[in-house]
Amino acid sequence: MITSKSYTIPFIVLAILLVLLFLVNISLGSVSITFNTIIDSFFTNSDSLNNHQYIIQNYRLPKAITAVLVGSGLGISGLLMQTLFRNPLAGPFVLGITSGASLGVALVILGSSIFGGFLATFLLTKWSLVIAASLGSFLVLLLVLIVSSKVRDTMAILIIGLMFGSITAAIVSVLSYFSSAEQLQQYIFWGFGSLGDLDWNEVSIFAIIYCIGILFSILSIKGLNTLLLGENYAKSLGLNIKQSRLLIIIATSLLAGTITAFAGPIAFIGLAIPHVTRQVFNTSNHKILLPAVFLFGAIIMLICDSIAQLPNTDYMLPINAITSLFGAPIVVWLLVRQRKMVF
Amino acid sequence: MKENNQHNILKTDNLTVGYQSKKTQTIVASNINIGLNKGELIGLVGGNGIGKSTLLKTLTKVISPLSGQVLINNQSLDNYSNLELAKTLSLVLTEPIAAKNLTVFELVALGRQPYTNWVGNLSDTDVAIINNAIKQTTIEDLKHKKCFELSDGQLQKVMIARALAQDTDLIILDEPTSHLDMYHKAYILKLLQKLAKDTGKTILFSSHEIDLAIQLCDSMIVMSDQGIVSDTPCNLIEKGAFSNLFPEDMIVFDEKTGSFRVKK
Repeated sequence: MITSKSYTIPFIVLAILLVLLFLVNISLGSVSITFNTIIDSFFTNSDSLNNHQYIIQNYRLPKAITAVLVGSGLGISGLLMQTLFRNPLAGPFVLGITSGASLGVALVILGSSIFGGFLATFLLTKWSLVIAASLGSFLVLLLVLIVSSKVRDTMAILIIGLMFGSITAAIVSVLSYFSSAEQLQQYIFWGFGSLGDLDWNEVSIFAIIYCIGILFSILSIKGLNTLLLGENYAKSLGLNIKQSRLLIIIATSLLAGTITAFAGPIAFIGLAIPHVTRQVFNTSNHKILLPAVFLFGAIIMLICDSIAQLPNTDYMLPINAITSLFGAPIVVWLLVRQRKMVF
Repeated sequence: MKENNQHNILKTDNLTVGYQSKKTQTIVASNINIGLNKGELIGLVGGNGIGKSTLLKTLTKVISPLSGQVLINNQSLDNYSNLELAKTLSLVLTEPIAAKNLTVFELVALGRQPYTNWVGNLSDTDVAIINNAIKQTTIEDLKHKKCFELSDGQLQKVMIARALAQDTDLIILDEPTSHLDMYHKAYILKLLQKLAKDTGKTILFSSHEIDLAIQLCDSMIVMSDQGIVSDTPCNLIEKGAFSNLFPEDMIVFDEKTGSFRVKK
């Protein structure tokens, strides 16, 4: 698709904004760090770091990278789902991916008392949470894939995803009912979402899976554009619907699944970013939307994270609260200003 | 007979159409033997529920025939892959398009999808074909408008332009004139007639505008309880094919004017 307008300037502006916010995000925190130190620390080897440089290399840089990956990944998977289901309310989690991850985490945290002793201590390490969340979302994904290969109607997949969500939510409720207050608190903390707990090993695994997800999304661009006409037209244009659908679902699951595993269930971003992008760029062409959603997602996540860490204090707000608290009004404002939804 | 075959873009061979579920077979129409010639405008008419849509779905490989076969360019429809079929047959459906935020140009450009690379980039040839389709349907002034800004009549022209851009031998339209006013009904059908003549494409459409179809079509397919007949409109009138279409105590066909009247 050729679009008559040129989008070069908005893209350059957004890219510069992204770099700036990335640096601002690193400099803010319980201690403020100057830009010079930040730049220096990128080029200092890890043996001769001073305090600030150490903080940057081992805490703030991984966190800022996580924010970029989380924001852009959730935005893109939201975009894929909204186009696939032709539903503006769809988000990355409609396939039941978060519910699967929550179930995995709930089983580990709330169920750990059942195993007791040594196993319980092992189960409560962070890696086990990541593995449990990945396994949970992967299993739900597998179910959705099996079902979607049997079901012709894409809307049915949407409903089935929601049903899986209800089932897992119910199991989590039952588990919580039998859990101690301490376990519940830990589970709730996981639900707040967190960008800051990843070390470099985790960030690299995260980034690799993220890149595979992005690759699948890029391969889906033509199919997504064809799907804008609806499935019957898409089929008449020679599109292999089942194959494109599979590609889109796998891309979403990889992105949303790993993000939930490493950063918890981050709300709102996946639903809102595609809308914000469509409003600003006023196009439905995925060749434009995909990179634009990437930039917007990363930018908004960096802003939310900078706010969440309450600069110069020792407190840190739950990132999940910030994304909704500051994101929702932006979407409302955009819709009111444009007076109509671009979809 | 042999010479005739060569001109047939689409031909059906003892086709039976209907729906197949696990246990039961619902036959909607059987013994269908029709042939569509190159460069002709063909109207498919018949009452509600007679099986026009089922026939069109079978011809476009949405559902499989219960028996018999559909031949496009003397090749069975089964031998066509989705992509090959997309280069031979384009559709205009009754369903509204999902994303109305596309511009007219972008929408027409989607017709080039079967020919473009993995990411859908348009070559100069593609752009030329798109612009030509836009010109042939006289929608140049709408080119940069968004689809939600268009009237039903304009949108129908855009959808026809998209089918043209797909550059296929055969275009099939499912009720292209429904919910259009009288002027636009005639306009769209005249446009189709002109396109068939100018481009040499075969255009098949289903419609309830029998009067208009009689005046404009090169050939017509009439579906009724008595079976399916296909011929030129004049021959069909002579054969009395239209008088069987509706219950005669309600609606009668006037052979002189080629139109229907309600019995008082």
